[in-house]
Amino acid sequence: MRNEPAVQVTGLVKRYGTKAAVDGLDLAVPHGSVTAVLGPNGAGKTTTVEICEGYRRADAGSVRVLGLDPVTQGARLRPRIGVMLQSGGVYPGAYAEEMLRHTAALHAHPVDPALLIERLGLESCGRTAYRRLSGGQQQRLALAMAVVGRPELVFLDEPTAGLDPQARHATWDLVRELRADGVSVVLTTHFMDEAEQLADQVVIIDGGRSIARGTPEELCRGGAEGTLRFTGRPGLDLASLLKALPADTAAAELSPGSYRVEGKVDPQLLATVASWCAQHGVMPDHLAVERRTLEDVFLELTGRELRG
Amino acid sequence: MTATTTAAADRTGGGTFTPAPGPARTGAMIRAQAVLETKMLLRNGEQLLLTVVIPALLLVVFSAVDIVDTGAGRSVDFLAPGILALAVLSTAFTGQAIATGFERRYGVLKRLGASPLPRWALLTAKTCSVLVTELLQVVLLTAIAFALGWSPHGNPLAVLVLLLLGTAAFSGLGLLMAGTLRAEATLAAANLVFLLLLIGGGVIVPMDKFSGGVQDLLKLLPVSALSDGLRDVLQHGAGMPWGDLGILAVWAVVGLAAASRFFRWE
Repeated sequence: MRNEPAVQVTGLVKRYGTKAAVDGLDLAVPHGSVTAVLGPNGAGKTTTVEICEGYRRADAGSVRVLGLDPVTQGARLRPRIGVMLQSGGVYPGAYAEEMLRHTAALHAHPVDPALLIERLGLESCGRTAYRRLSGGQQQRLALAMAVVGRPELVFLDEPTAGLDPQARHATWDLVRELRADGVSVVLTTHFMDEAEQLADQVVIIDGGRSIARGTPEELCRGGAEGTLRFTGRPGLDLASLLKALPADTAAAELSPGSYRVEGKVDPQLLATVASWCAQHGVMPDHLAVERRTLEDVFLELTGRELRG
Repeated sequence: MTATTTAAADRTGGGTFTPAPGPARTGAMIRAQAVLETKMLLRNGEQLLLTVVIPALLLVVFSAVDIVDTGAGRSVDFLAPGILALAVLSTAFTGQAIATGFERRYGVLKRLGASPLPRWALLTAKTCSVLVTELLQVVLLTAIAFALGWSPHGNPLAVLVLLLLGTAAFSGLGLLMAGTLRAEATLAAANLVFLLLLIGGGVIVPMDKFSGGVQDLLKLLPVSALSDGLRDVLQHGAGMPWGDLGILAVWAVVGLAAASRFFRWE
């Protein structure tokens, strides 16, 4: 049973009318890991998560969450998962602490609500009605409600949207602690740094399909393109350098003495550039390989046009 | 057996968030939910206006001032049963419809749908909360009526059956409205229905003020059946008012069946 992933989605399809919101999506979330689901608006992130939570039925494909069918076996599944919706979910007139204590009371072995309130910096608003909380406070309360029941698996839909940096870091610390304690986490986000900071696995989805997956490092390393920069004396003979390099490599002097080499950056290319510099009596200062960021990968895969 | 216990203990040891999932006992969940729902209702000023202030005010004003001709006898003997019917209407129908409509709108029902609380348990808790509120209303309104010189007759059991069946009928209709319309539409419609039934349902205006054909139709309304039944028992000392109970039973069955068929949780 432990060998089976916490979430296993295969060939998931969900249509609204004639439009397919999710179109053959695959997703596997290993036990005890943090999986970040990235994607532009309308990519199908929330629909996928809500199908896993049992809110919607899949039109096709298979969905197993903790080995259970979220729709037909929802009653057995719900006590084992924690859910943070993108917004809302609390009586407007309920006090923050009252609502968290209530959610705790629905579970057999809850975390002490006072501890979560302190951890998420909600002490000052325990006796404040939900509708009077700031957006960030509402988000943190929703996060506390998702984890208070000591679930095996939590779904966090954009947990840090609208949070200030302090609250984001408090949220990240909590997610790291969940992972350290063996909780599986699925979170959707628009923030690349969030995925880089937290995720064991990143899944990029677009147009209702998963188009890339891997650790943040794997995704950034993937792809042939790379950039090498160095500085040296101005006016180096770049034609001579290019003769030493593979055919599809480009080189340019961006400003006097500042050089950029673009191509398949591997140890061989680095060695070739270094040895060419040695032959020409050039000291390549600031020699650096530029890694792609997750954001570069994301934009490369999903395009740069604005989404609805 | 020992091995299993040890494994379970290991799982619940460890860190703060080491998984130890499981639902609370169903009874405890329902109690917690009913307490929360009741608190939400009592904390809401608009709801209190509807369920407490308006019925109490109508009882006092219409008893003290001869605005409507309530027939032979003291006006409070006519009014008190009607106001009790209005109290049930305000809580089980209007209040519950508005509150549930906004809970649906704000995602409260959606979020609870992902909690260990089963839907039937949520509805049970809502019903408990409605009954607790009605109990408070009945105590308050009865005390006011006694202070105004009310002298009720009849079988308390018949009164209880009428109030419970009325609650079932109004709850079904209220939840049907809350589960199918937008929250704002529910707010407007529930208040409008409250006002129309207050006037046309035999609550403070005697049925015989309306012409024959209209009267026959109005008598089929759930609030008319409830106020008429309560009046038969409390004012005239009748036994079980089977006709009115029958009307309420039909409304209850139709309303609850339609609500369970058409209610949308999001």
